[in-house]
Amino acid sequence: MPLNNDTIQQTLIRKFGDVLTDWQEPYGMLTFTAPKEINLKVLQFLYDEPTLNFRFLTDLQAVHYPAKKGQELAVVYHLHNLVDNVRIRFKVFTDIAQPDVFSATALYQSANFMERETYDFFGVNFTGHPNLIRILNVDEMDYFPMRKEFPLEDQTRVDKDDEMFGR
Amino acid sequence: MSEHILLPEGSIEKQTTTLNLGPTHPATHGVFQNILELDGERILKATSTVGYIHRAFEKLAERRPLYQITPITDRLNYCSSPINNMGWHITCEKLLGVELPKRVDYLRIIIMELARISDHLICNSIVGVDSGAYSGFLYLMQFRELIYEIYEEVCGSRLTTNIGRIGGFERNFTNTAFVKLEKFLATYPKQLKEFETLFNRNRIFMERTIGVGAISAERALNYGFTGPNLRAAGVDYDVRVHTPYSSYQDLEFTIPVGKTGDCYDRFLVRNQEMWQSLSLIEQAYKKVQEFKGAESEVFHADSPAYYLPEKKDVYTKMEALIYHFKIVMGETDIPAGELYSSVEGGNGELGFYLISDGGRSPYRLHFRRPCFIYYQAFPELVQGGMLSDAVITMSSLNLIAGELDA
Repeated sequence: MPLNNDTIQQTLIRKFGDVLTDWQEPYGMLTFTAPKEINLKVLQFLYDEPTLNFRFLTDLQAVHYPAKKGQELAVVYHLHNLVDNVRIRFKVFTDIAQPDVFSATALYQSANFMERETYDFFGVNFTGHPNLIRILNVDEMDYFPMRKEFPLEDQTRVDKDDEMFGR
Repeated sequence: MSEHILLPEGSIEKQTTTLNLGPTHPATHGVFQNILELDGERILKATSTVGYIHRAFEKLAERRPLYQITPITDRLNYCSSPINNMGWHITCEKLLGVELPKRVDYLRIIIMELARISDHLICNSIVGVDSGAYSGFLYLMQFRELIYEIYEEVCGSRLTTNIGRIGGFERNFTNTAFVKLEKFLATYPKQLKEFETLFNRNRIFMERTIGVGAISAERALNYGFTGPNLRAAGVDYDVRVHTPYSSYQDLEFTIPVGKTGDCYDRFLVRNQEMWQSLSLIEQAYKKVQEFKGAESEVFHADSPAYYLPEKKDVYTKMEALIYHFKIVMGETDIPAGELYSSVEGGNGELGFYLISDGGRSPYRLHFRRPCFIYYQAFPELVQGGMLSDAVITMSSLNLIAGELDA
């Protein structure tokens, strides 16, 4: 039986119950949200379960939603089952005041740099990461530049009037 | 009789040498640093530092309308910019729901495969240079020039191409472009054959590359390898086959795979991929030639709200002027959505994770850069090897600084 999104969803719900929420399929990719405490359990289950077999971490990054109080930062995992050629995406949300998420480096070596990048730009503190230091930005930097509170352009500028074009 | 100079007690505590390979070392071919701990010439430990040309692309993208993000993607893997451009256009078209005519798809395949050849050509000839064979580099480099002339004919620029538009190309391919393409297709195979004859069974080259920087398939997958480096380890994963885009499913090609994942296999896989790319270009060109009459003038989708119109239309037609104005001023809102789309770049799976909240620019855009992900395997690949092997491993991984840092 080919692996499809329904099967994956049912297998996951059988294992974890209704703690997994927000099931969606934007552009055909199964997407769901897990509580941040069990992110490693979900990753390990997806890895070990022979019918699921998600063993390739394609991508890991974060998104900042300042309006979601208590859930400002989302860490997004993209996983790929290379045998059945199915991709899924799952997210864990965390409070920006205490952005601790368990590190996936024990399972995936590739998560090392990706988690460092995520820490560097969003300040997600990956618990258990062997070497969580800045990677692309300078070491002296004391803020996390991809968060939405840092606008790209200097907002105090007065010499540019963009009133007409809705910026 | 001269006496030996005696060093004070305890002055030589460190038995090993620390060597900075980079950030501006000529052997690194790009701005990144490797701090090597050496015992004689043997590498005990390597530490990688990246970030020397970080340009905050993801932050920049959050303020730009979609069409202004294309020049950013040029600067990721600058050895094959057109693939990055096309990957970005394909992502946008998926988000906007734009359907492309077949002719545009085939023209894109021609450009993307040319870019793949120019990418692999540089990598392989540099592997030659680093192992002491300079002539292969000189033989192949002139063909990159021919490829760049084709880009120039299509879009006007050579290295950072900004080629194409969301929904197609900026103009139709001229006859000169096809003449140049035919010239390339007629001359390159002979030169590539000669290049292979020089290297493939060359004893010195084989001794320098076989068993150097090897990685098993399992480790490669765990490290997130994609592209030629993963295929050299024996995994036949290729985005063009697994998730076909731009009508790759219409064409016949095979995926070369290696076995040991060492520098030699990576070299052979890239060479074979160049042959496959040549065959793909020929097939796509044949299909392009089948379009006759009005169909042979089609070079973009019929999607006026998102396709930046041609300049001559902007000056003469009212609708084109309106859409030009709306697109350039960023007045066109993009639909809300969340999407991951990837293409097979020169180095592997180049992914775009795009979240739109319905504004003029993406809410969040993340580039999955294959180089950045597989570079973390470098310390493991070179550990226990010789210093000169580290140099050759680095060039055979095809590390491009622009793609590392984004």
